[in-house]
Amino acid sequence: MTSLGERKRDRIDMLAAQAGAVPTGEVGLSLTRSAFRRLRRDPVAIIGAVIVVVFLVVAAFAPLLAPKDPIAQYLLSEIRPGSIPGAREGFPLGVDNLGRDLLSRLIHGSRQSLLIGVVSTVLGVAAGMTLGILAGAFGGWVDTVVMRFVDILLSIPSLLMAITVSVLLGQNQWALMIAIAVTQVPIFARLLRGSMLAQRGSDYAVAARALGVRPARIVFGHVLPNSVSPVIVQATLSLATAIIEAAALSFLGLGDPDIARPEWGAMLASAQAYLSIRPWLAVWPAVCIIVVALGFTLLGERLREALDPKFRR
Amino acid sequence: MPTSAPVLEVEDLAVTFSRKGETPTRAVDGVSFSVAPGETIGLVGESGCGKSVTSLAVMGLLPPRGVRVSGSVRLDGQELIGASDRMLRRLRGADMAMVFQDPLSSLNPTLAIGTQVTEVLLEHRDLDRKQASAEAVDLLDRVGIPDPGRRLKEYPHQLSGGMRQRALIAMALACSPRLLIADEPTTALDVTIQAQILELLRELVVGSGTALVMITHDLGVVAGLCDRVHVMYAGKIIESAERHELFARPRHPYTGGLLHSVPRLDAGRGARLTPIRGSARDTIPWSQGCAFAPRCDNAEDDCLGDTVPLEVDPAYGTDRELRCRHPLQPARVGAGTSGAGVARAATGGSGATASGPGR
Ligand SMILES: Nc1ncnc2c1ncn2[C@@H]1O[C@H](COP(=O)(O)OP(=O)(O)OP(=O)(O)O)[C@@H](O)[C@H]1O
Ligand code: SF4
Ligand SMILES: [Mg+2]
Repeated sequence: MTSLGERKRDRIDMLAAQAGAVPTGEVGLSLTRSAFRRLRRDPVAIIGAVIVVVFLVVAAFAPLLAPKDPIAQYLLSEIRPGSIPGAREGFPLGVDNLGRDLLSRLIHGSRQSLLIGVVSTVLGVAAGMTLGILAGAFGGWVDTVVMRFVDILLSIPSLLMAITVSVLLGQNQWALMIAIAVTQVPIFARLLRGSMLAQRGSDYAVAARALGVRPARIVFGHVLPNSVSPVIVQATLSLATAIIEAAALSFLGLGDPDIARPEWGAMLASAQAYLSIRPWLAVWPAVCIIVVALGFTLLGERLREALDPKFRR
Repeated sequence: MPTSAPVLEVEDLAVTFSRKGETPTRAVDGVSFSVAPGETIGLVGESGCGKSVTSLAVMGLLPPRGVRVSGSVRLDGQELIGASDRMLRRLRGADMAMVFQDPLSSLNPTLAIGTQVTEVLLEHRDLDRKQASAEAVDLLDRVGIPDPGRRLKEYPHQLSGGMRQRALIAMALACSPRLLIADEPTTALDVTIQAQILELLRELVVGSGTALVMITHDLGVVAGLCDRVHVMYAGKIIESAERHELFARPRHPYTGGLLHSVPRLDAGRGARLTPIRGSARDTIPWSQGCAFAPRCDNAEDDCLGDTVPLEVDPAYGTDRELRCRHPLQPARVGAGTSGAGVARAATGGSGATASGPGR
């Protein structure tokens, strides 16, 4: 447990050190714009972005894109023990054990997965950044207390913590989101605090102090804007983790109690019983989870490189 | 020599860094000097001799923990050592300001130049945003930045090094401070730009009656700008003199060495540059004699023992101070090769001054 916490801590601190290094960006472009320009020329980043955008569009327009009602049951007469109908006219991926159209369920399922991923990451970022700012801005005993708390959270394996939290909060969607958010909080707190502390000693912060700029303005106007780039990168990567964790929790039965509502993790769980007769019922939701997580990861990693001067060509 | 009451008086300033588990290092040790309105003094010495720490101590910018500062720093008679953070913050930017060595890293990369200039104005002067923007345009114009309205919207990385330093000078001068400390303001710049920045400082700062402390390891800068020079070695002042006096008749062997390691325009063709031997690391603690002794050609047995004191130079009356038991005699430097050559090289901006000691 300790070593897990330590490993996580080291990695977070390494990321924090990358914040706000003085850029040598192309003349005539603001920093974010030159980072985006680099991203646009990066094929891997483009692949990640395309995956993410496709899934976002599918989630947004699910009712229009899905060929069938995801809850309605079809072909019930053909379902019997040992046989579930496969692909056919009108059901390109076949139906599940209850006769619901698999493609339509996958399409609608993207809404749940992305919603849980985004909401829990936003919650995690907001709470983590608040703690990080407290620690990074005040330093001293506030920093000690906050970081002790954060390090304890960090030493608990995230899935274990999510399970504990969602058991405590009861079985519903919100509990699931909060449970996942809680696992993200220590990461963002430590990341932001580390990069803020590094930026506080930077030349421009000293120069601002030499001009009599008030401390609150130095923290929020100077230090914070230069400390957030690792947080943005980590948030992108965390979306992938959150989606996987959401799927894992609902796979374990800790997700939405409304089983009729399509969700990739829950679909995977119910497909388990039919692995031998129709493995595709499990493969498709798994592929969706993996691909969307991969999209966010590719984008996040390349975003980090675009924002990190060490990688600049 | 200006006679009005000094703007800045530093007396017996000492700064000690102490980290847990390490022996404390005394970076600045018993430093005293003063600057009058319109006067420029130079603090000169090799890397690590304590110039920056001195200036940070004056500005109250040393970290609160792990550092001990003692002595007295008075700005217009007001004691700054031990003053509240609040008071120091009010004085910084308004009554005393500082320009740093690296103009790129001294500007916040995420904020437009205009935001950073107006920030100082809003902090110390009773202006609304619109007035502050107009004033910022004025300021950039005064420091010679062309098309200031457009520059205000740009980000630091979009400006050249010289323009960045001009913007930082504009910020430092925004509230017409009584004291400006410039810590190697030209070291990071191209040679031709260096001369322009020095010229700008001369016009704006010295011309307005502001007291200027010029920190440098470049004797060319000293020759072009400073009225009085304090040479530092290992945290202590080892020689203080009026600029022409110092260049014409250096008394401390270290000062002599510095002068000999600078190229001169009026030196004969055969004249050699002689660097000071050894490096700043070859030093002994002041408590055991003269810290420069391991590198000194004049060193004798009595240079070791107890601290060599800083005393009025017996050969030159009250205006010169010296910390040396066996000073150089004027003949050793040669009457013909006064500091005039270095001075000319610097003011002409020819770049003949680029080689500083200790680099
Ligand atoms: N934060 C610190 N902690 C410990 N020691 C320090 C610290 N800052 C400076 N020092 C010590 O103080 C001494 C003086 O440093 P200072 O930065 O004043 O040198 P300097 O004369 O400005 O040199 P340079 O020409 O390189 O700028 C150095 O030898 C350094 O070891
Ligand atoms: S006191 Fe002695 S060692 Fe020190 S500079 Fe003078 S002659 Fe050299
Ligand atoms: Mg320095």
